[in-house]
Amino acid sequence: MKYIDDVQVQKRMSSRVTKNNVLKNLFLAATLFGLVVLAILLIRVISQGAAWIDWNFLTGRLSTNADRAGIMGAILGTSWLMLIVIPVTIFIGVGTAIYLELYAKKGKFQSFVATNISNLAGVPSIVYGLLGLTIFVRAMDFGNAIIAGGLTLSLLVLPIVIVAAQEAIRAVPQHLSEASYGMGATKWQTVKGIILPAAIPGILTGSILALSRAIGETAPLTVLGIPALLIPFPGNIFDTFTALPMQIYYWTLDSSLVQEYAYLAAATIIVLLVLLFLLNSIAIIIRNKFQQRY
Amino acid sequence: MSPLNDGKKVKVDVKGNNDSPIGNEIVYDTNDLNLWYGQTHALKDINLSIHEKEVTAIIGPSGCGKSTYIKTLNRMVELVPSVRTTGTITYKGKNILDKSFKVEDLRTHVGMVFQKPNPFPKSIYDNITYGPKIHGIRNKKVLDEIVEKSLRGASIWDEVKDRLNENAYGLSGGQQQRLCIARCLAIEPNVILMDEPTSALDPKSTLRIEELMQELKKEYSIIIVTHNMQQAARISDKTAFFLNGEVVEFNDTNKLFTTPEDKRTEDYISGRFG
Amino acid sequence: MLSSCCDFYTLKGVLHKMATNSDLNKKNAVNVRDMIAEKKKKRNFSNVTEKMIPTILIIIASISILTTVGIIYTLLAESIEFFKIVPIWEFFTGTVLKPLSQNPEFGILPLITGTVISSIIAMLVAGPIGLMSAIYLSEYASDKVRRTIKPLLEILAGIPTIVYGFFAFTFVTPVIRSIFPAVEATNILSPGIVMGVMIIPMIASLSEDAMTAVPNSMREGALALGATKLETTFRVVIPAALSGIISSFVLGISRAIGETMIVTIASGSSKNFTFDITQSMQTMTAYIVEVSGGDAPAGSTIYYSLYAVALTLFVFTLIMNLLARYVSRKFREEY
Repeated sequence: MKYIDDVQVQKRMSSRVTKNNVLKNLFLAATLFGLVVLAILLIRVISQGAAWIDWNFLTGRLSTNADRAGIMGAILGTSWLMLIVIPVTIFIGVGTAIYLELYAKKGKFQSFVATNISNLAGVPSIVYGLLGLTIFVRAMDFGNAIIAGGLTLSLLVLPIVIVAAQEAIRAVPQHLSEASYGMGATKWQTVKGIILPAAIPGILTGSILALSRAIGETAPLTVLGIPALLIPFPGNIFDTFTALPMQIYYWTLDSSLVQEYAYLAAATIIVLLVLLFLLNSIAIIIRNKFQQRY
Repeated sequence: MSPLNDGKKVKVDVKGNNDSPIGNEIVYDTNDLNLWYGQTHALKDINLSIHEKEVTAIIGPSGCGKSTYIKTLNRMVELVPSVRTTGTITYKGKNILDKSFKVEDLRTHVGMVFQKPNPFPKSIYDNITYGPKIHGIRNKKVLDEIVEKSLRGASIWDEVKDRLNENAYGLSGGQQQRLCIARCLAIEPNVILMDEPTSALDPKSTLRIEELMQELKKEYSIIIVTHNMQQAARISDKTAFFLNGEVVEFNDTNKLFTTPEDKRTEDYISGRFG
Repeated sequence: MLSSCCDFYTLKGVLHKMATNSDLNKKNAVNVRDMIAEKKKKRNFSNVTEKMIPTILIIIASISILTTVGIIYTLLAESIEFFKIVPIWEFFTGTVLKPLSQNPEFGILPLITGTVISSIIAMLVAGPIGLMSAIYLSEYASDKVRRTIKPLLEILAGIPTIVYGFFAFTFVTPVIRSIFPAVEATNILSPGIVMGVMIIPMIASLSEDAMTAVPNSMREGALALGATKLETTFRVVIPAALSGIISSFVLGISRAIGETMIVTIASGSSKNFTFDITQSMQTMTAYIVEVSGGDAPAGSTIYYSLYAVALTLFVFTLIMNLLARYVSRKFREEY
């Protein structure tokens, strides 16, 4: 007796194959959905904002008059933030990664620190804003200055830099450090002379990605109380400031009152996206150029 | 004189042949060495005396402990956590397994060449000067001199003298390994440990390195681990045969290969296992 | 200073040796062994560094712990002050939130419904679309297509949330309103959808990782029996990758709960206790922005309420993150 009826199988076969093909196209459509939205978003922003970008807009001061408003202050503010975030996160991030990967004994403390870092990565950015408000703005009395914003953003992206640096250090082959130890080098000499130089491309790539996350962040800055209309340019890290995302935020909020503000927001978004694009290109170039053959 | 250089005692080899030429003092003396990786007993009651300015080969099937042993001689085994040892290894009269013994000093006197060529991702010049620099030599003129001397010593100078500033990864595998030997010579060690230095190389490069070793043994004591018995027979003065973490036989290379005293040695060298 | 003086001695020593050995074999001009021995005597300084480094590194590594301690401490300390004024029971069961009125009331339920509803909308968008993208990329797409689409999805993930907020407020909301005029100018629907779009790449990429990790031999087993790709995907690959997929969903929820700018901009600041998605609703995150951005004087009840809300938010996301990790660990398939 035959268990499988060939005719029946044949009949079902074509519907099974059709189902497969239909759903395949559905899956493709789903994949393209995100990309279509991305395209609409970009087209929309560019069509609204591109016409507003000119020399006056890039170098001018803020103004309530849309025609005269410029974002130089926000560009400077964002640049100042970067100047704080880069050294602080690289120093703490790489230091922590070296500790975790090369010095810490596999044990409770090491896994405690590692778990802690992955939990920190999941804390909403607005909570970091409250931390910054409490510690940097109030307790340390920096006020809503660049240093307070920079340190808050640094803590926010620190987990990204730590994880990237850990991966970069782990990728340095053991046989290189063995060669160094084999010549009588101490641990720190090996770390400084062999492991870190080999890990630098990975560390830089990770840091740049963290930096681009930091400069797009708005929520923590809103909590710090960054002013909406700030005319003077910041001159040092203890000055009050505004930043590109803050400017986008305020103009978007007010666009229901003044239609032109939406265009200013779009123009500022273009500037911010170009900046992010440049940073990411640098990261990709570094990754490709310094890819090591061990 | 190095403070390590006061061990004058002469010990008779395990097999009692004390006929090595006068002047070849013992550099390494291993007594009742046992080593565990966690629960695994990797080396069992090792007793070996290694003489200066000779090539000592260590042979045996894989997993016999020969690599572990050579890495114990400069305490590189300690890079693996959970390693435990008993017994002593004296290097020029001092027990290197003593915890107070500074490994960095030991490794300055004992160079190592690894299985796979492992130049640093730096220029040829920086590869050679890495060792001298970590030991505090920074004078450019001195470094230049060390570079030339070391590269000549590893007979690779003529091939690379015009491209000292190029990345070492541009060299062929055989050249890379000779560069690693040169890098090791740059700090003028007394002993060079070689852990299967030709296993990743083609026959021609292998031959060059074997020739180089004959030159080097005039000034350095060489201990080489090899899985290649022909190589051991060609280049070494003494050979130790390891099996399952024990020294089965240690003797002059000629004697060991022609008239082995242990049945297991005979089986191994005649290719019956391993 | 120190190093230059060392160099000077080296040079002197070397010149001395070179002079005395000048007619000897060139090979002996530089005696590295002696030089190293000589240097060693002077290198106490670097020994000190060597011993200090681990301590310095531990101090640096503890900064991340201090951050956690700082977050928990500030949230708890200020929340405790808040609960002295507003009883904790009232806070968590109150449906009225009127922080600025003459007789302020602090019930967090309107904020929790806002947060939960916006997250549900976001997950209704991101869950299916993200999973279908993952299926396509992992099971159907050719290598070339995958290598084109993945970086594009990464761009989507890299766009700052403020840009999504702008997009929701100035584009998505007007589009929705042109179809359903009943929808208000600020509503929870539009930011919910846009948040979903923002989370798609995250779910797609984490789920794809989980599915790619399923060994090919398992797929081949099913395909060889005559199963279609679709059947293989749903009967073999997805069950095997389920823990990774679920954990990506949970992380997506956590991301939606913590998202701030999109809802702040596009959902307004109405504190009504409602389930009507066409209306404005405030989330916990948006409340924090509104209150801290205004002039809440330190020490006032409304200032403390900030921390009580943030503590609730923190606990919500922490639970989600721990849950995600638990799921991916506990149910990890052993292939």
